[in-house]
Amino acid sequence: METSPARPDAERSGSPAAAGDGRGSVELQGVTKKFGTFTAVDDIDLEIGDGEFFTMLGPSGCGKTTTLRMIAGFEQPTQGEVLIDGQDVAGLPAYKRPTNTVFQNYALFPHMTLEENVAFGLKRKKVPKDEIKRRVADELERVGLSGEATRKPAQLSGGQQQRVALARALVNLPKVLLLDEPLGALDLKLRKGLQVELKKIQEEVGITFVYVTHDQEEALTMSDRIAIMNKGRIEQCAGPEEVYEKPATTFVAGFIGVSNLLPARVISGSEVAIEDGPTVSTPDAAGFTTGEELFAVVRPEKLEVSTPGQAPGDRPGIEGVVESSLFLGTATQLGVTVADGSKLTVLVPNASEEERQRLPGGGARVYLSWEPEHMHLVTESPGEDGTENFQPMQTQDQGDQTK
Amino acid sequence: MNLWSRIRENAVLYIGILVIFYMLAPIVVIAIFSFNDPTGKFNFEWAGFTTQYWAGAFDNEEINRSLWLSIRLAFFTSLGATILGTLIALALVRYEFFGRKAANLLIVIPIATPEVVIGAALLSLFVYASAALGFTTLLIAHIMFSISFAVIVVRSRLIGFDRRLEEAAADLGAAPLTTFFRITLPLLAPGIAGALMLTFALSVDDFVISNFNAGAEVTFPLYIFGANQRGIPVQVNVIATILFAVTIIAMTFVILQQRRAEKMVEKRADDDKKASVAIPI
Repeated sequence: METSPARPDAERSGSPAAAGDGRGSVELQGVTKKFGTFTAVDDIDLEIGDGEFFTMLGPSGCGKTTTLRMIAGFEQPTQGEVLIDGQDVAGLPAYKRPTNTVFQNYALFPHMTLEENVAFGLKRKKVPKDEIKRRVADELERVGLSGEATRKPAQLSGGQQQRVALARALVNLPKVLLLDEPLGALDLKLRKGLQVELKKIQEEVGITFVYVTHDQEEALTMSDRIAIMNKGRIEQCAGPEEVYEKPATTFVAGFIGVSNLLPARVISGSEVAIEDGPTVSTPDAAGFTTGEELFAVVRPEKLEVSTPGQAPGDRPGIEGVVESSLFLGTATQLGVTVADGSKLTVLVPNASEEERQRLPGGGARVYLSWEPEHMHLVTESPGEDGTENFQPMQTQDQGDQTK
Repeated sequence: MNLWSRIRENAVLYIGILVIFYMLAPIVVIAIFSFNDPTGKFNFEWAGFTTQYWAGAFDNEEINRSLWLSIRLAFFTSLGATILGTLIALALVRYEFFGRKAANLLIVIPIATPEVVIGAALLSLFVYASAALGFTTLLIAHIMFSISFAVIVVRSRLIGFDRRLEEAAADLGAAPLTTFFRITLPLLAPGIAGALMLTFALSVDDFVISNFNAGAEVTFPLYIFGANQRGIPVQVNVIATILFAVTIIAMTFVILQQRRAEKMVEKRADDDKKASVAIPI
């Protein structure tokens, strides 16, 4: 995908135009959070525009939840500033911030009915009684739980509880809605349905959503922009298409979908040499210095399989041996080992049974080729040393429990 | 042969019934003898059925006075011990401070200490402070030995407490005090109610420590002990039976409440919160 995608926000990549002047903008400047000697969030900068659906994506322990909690006011940054609507919120406790949160396990008040749960925030703001009644009813209507208003949370299913949590936050019309893996505890089917619903609601109310998840597919489906986090840092912050098509680092390439990493070296401003492979000319090389060691990324569906010696045209390619072949339904997945020992994944769409029969089996030598524009260069992620992370969130309660 | 195998098959059941009988027999005897019409001054032999002592349960001035004292004492004891116990439990579970582990352990020591020792120690303290023995010293003594129980009951409830509920309240604009009264306290209520009842019962029941520190005051247990020399009035059986009935009703209520609360928590604690709570007693 050379040209800019249809999505209008894609070019907002680096910094959104709306940041700073919108009522729901969030800005993080050099924010660092340390728990003892552990750095959960390491000097990150972020600008989230008003009305944006912004996702922080990463594995557990990457600092995404801690970042969210600093915006909500549950944690104070060790360094740096958090601005909401252009205003520095340092020292502003959670209950004074114009944000509301949808918690991972909903955190509904078990001793209150749904109505009371949803009305809780409005009551604190001293909204007139009849207005509270109306807004709570409207909000429960929106999430389709009008009939259950007098029930207690324990009497609801997980999906219903999730909707109540959303209603309880949204009814307050926050400037920013923070969502901490809100669909994490639900089963796949329910999650898919709610993803669509969430996105619809966000477009409807126009409130800024800051969404935390470790599910890359969820992030790609819903977000305007995604910040991919790893070890407390943001590895890339861009629209879903760009993140997928043009990952900035090996970590991003590996985390978003399956990708094939080929070690390579920049030999000029327009060419890279793939280790044990061809030299490919690519405009991407212009962004790197000559001699730099990096990786070429080619997505599995962009690789074409052919017999060695019958290479189609002048496309770059590499030879390998088929190790495995997996039938996935809509496609067949081949595992191919190439000269330098690295394993590549190839995804061949299943057009017909006949075509599938023709695919090389295990042990066959194949030639994998790709269009130069489908190859993208990434640098190795900083700090990829394989050390295990721990999840800093909720250290407090867990500490108490193990006592 | 047939009988023997039947006994063997149901041994656990029979033994269980025997144990329960062993535990409840004294209470049943007390209740039965509240309907006795004794001929002498001792209410130990069945002499005939009467309801006259139930009708005149509160006719004995001396019993009434001691009973009223015990109830007042227990009321203030449970209040004092539960308030202090709840605050201590909050401190022990919620806050990190120097000596927390030690405090967690020290808090159960009064439970393990023989009552005679506590009673004697308190008496010498009161004498040393030249405090006049009476209601106040009794109250101080009772609160002192009840706190541990209150702490343990409330603490077990606090350990399973989902802190995110308080964060959610704050997130929705509730100031810390509002959060405490609207969220924390209502959710701790079953534990607090349990602590109130337990400490009340402990206080009404106490003899040993009271005996040291009562001075001229006579609590209900002290009265019974004294009356034992001269012959216990049948009213004591009546009142004991009433107390027992009230306790049973209260316990049932607490257990039902607890079960309801647990069910709620169970349903909510899907994945991340499997709190394995061990209460060191």
